[in-house]
Amino acid sequence: MDTRLEVNKTYKLYVGGRFSRSESGRSYAVSGPTGGFLANAARASRKDLRDAVVAARKVAGSWAGLSAYNRGQVLYRVAEMMEARRDELIDEVSAAEGGEGASQQVEEAVDCWVYYAGWTDKISQVTGALNPVAGPYFNLTAPEPIGIIGIVAPETGSLLGLVERLAPALCGGNAVVLACSQAHPHPAIALAECLHTSDVPAGVVNLLTGFKDELVPVLASHGDVDALDVSGVAPDTAADVEAAAASNVKRIVRPGPRLGPYEVTAFMEMKTVWHPKGA
Amino acid sequence: MTASTNDVEVVHRIGGSVDEVGAEARAAMLASRSLKAEAKLWGLDLAVRCCDLTTLEGADSPASVRQLASKAMRPAPLDHSIPHVAALCIYPRLVPAAVEALKGSAVAVASVATAFPSGQSALELRVAEIERAHAEGASEIDSVISRGALLAGDDTGVYEEVVAAKKACGDAHLKVILETGELGSYDRVRRASLIAMAAGADFIKTSTGKIAPAATLPVALVMAEAIRDFADFSGRRVGLKVAGGIRSAKDALRYLVLVHETLGTEWLTPERFRIGASSLLNDLLMQMDKQRSKTYSDSDRYTVA
Repeated sequence: MDTRLEVNKTYKLYVGGRFSRSESGRSYAVSGPTGGFLANAARASRKDLRDAVVAARKVAGSWAGLSAYNRGQVLYRVAEMMEARRDELIDEVSAAEGGEGASQQVEEAVDCWVYYAGWTDKISQVTGALNPVAGPYFNLTAPEPIGIIGIVAPETGSLLGLVERLAPALCGGNAVVLACSQAHPHPAIALAECLHTSDVPAGVVNLLTGFKDELVPVLASHGDVDALDVSGVAPDTAADVEAAAASNVKRIVRPGPRLGPYEVTAFMEMKTVWHPKGA
Repeated sequence: MTASTNDVEVVHRIGGSVDEVGAEARAAMLASRSLKAEAKLWGLDLAVRCCDLTTLEGADSPASVRQLASKAMRPAPLDHSIPHVAALCIYPRLVPAAVEALKGSAVAVASVATAFPSGQSALELRVAEIERAHAEGASEIDSVISRGALLAGDDTGVYEEVVAAKKACGDAHLKVILETGELGSYDRVRRASLIAMAAGADFIKTSTGKIAPAATLPVALVMAEAIRDFADFSGRRVGLKVAGGIRSAKDALRYLVLVHETLGTEWLTPERFRIGASSLLNDLLMQMDKQRSKTYSDSDRYTVA
């Protein structure tokens, strides 16, 4: 007998730089494009989400404190890792959403990282300003990371849709807790493997797979999450989610054009400094 | 032959040894218990009341102690339902500042003493340090034992130094720190616990917090069992203090479960159980808020210190 046993992958969560099962031990079945069983995915609980926010908070300061140039190198490294695993990513996207457009989706996702890698050390020049004021002051405005961003990834575009929200948030120096597409979570975990082998510090990106109606309300009401990207929030729950997010005055971020510097500043705060001019 | 309970002989009469694998398995089993809803809230409240808020840094000053004292008296300034902690634990030099800051409150002043954390100075100096701290107003003394003497097999020497410490304490409570991280085996932890209790300790305490490993669940279990055996033998109920490395509310609740299961409800009070910690308090407050509001909070909402 020379038949090899199949080596099937157990898809897990990506929290604090580790691939872990849900603390609840739960998983759920995911269907492929034709409706048949594809694979199981970990079903994150609110405690997994809490742990993810703790992991993100721990590293948010040091990630934001890296030089913008250095962050750009890290983002470019993600593109390198994805390029190296291109075939695998195409397979994952095809298995989840069908083969049509899969390779284009992967290519655009890789290019998206390259695009935002270039923006890290330019965003401040382009969107910052030296403001004219009536007084002996230098008045400077510059963007700063908000802190921890909760992202609810879109349901379709399992890879590209997610990357188009994640990359600008990282470009702005934030740490991210992301609820993946519930219907197609597996490409996100394949992406996590690329992030893990690039130089993104553990805890900067945390990917949770599971039921959005379980995760999103907790993410929205969490006091230590500073902004919420609602790209993947179902329209019928949007009002409740935004009301919960108001409890600690979270910024609500809605997706704009697919690529652009203002997608980055959406995840940043403008700080203005008044500095006295010399006598 | 009848041995009085104040005799090092008691240690050998109670005797016993520890099943290492069994102790660790039981501690792990107790750690897996989960508390829900009201029980959890009650446990968190108890953990606050049992907390010895501690600062033992070279940089401590009267001002930083005053700041911590206000935290001890009112952990959450805007929430009057939060109780005060049991004691403020500090270095001897800062006792006057702490006594002054805590005047009129029910928070006790606990001073470490006896050449904390190593205990490596002459016995008369260590005794003098206790007397001075007590004279300046400390009502609880956290003393350390000579681990070197215990490891060398000098049980009587350790017994006698605890007796001397207890005498120097007067009416203050004596907590005896075993520094279990340096003892090397659970059997020695049990022996040290029994020696300290026989010599008159009011509390036995796991660690100084300056050595890793500090408090662990199996060590606390071994000490709690020694306390139980000593109470059965002598009728005297000695308290347990766990200290070092306890930073999360979850850890604190695990110790409460362990104490309850080993010693019973009589020990679930600040008179017989303490947790020595600094950063734990804010996590307890955060988890209490979580239980009440059902949403996760952030650390910016709690006072520093």
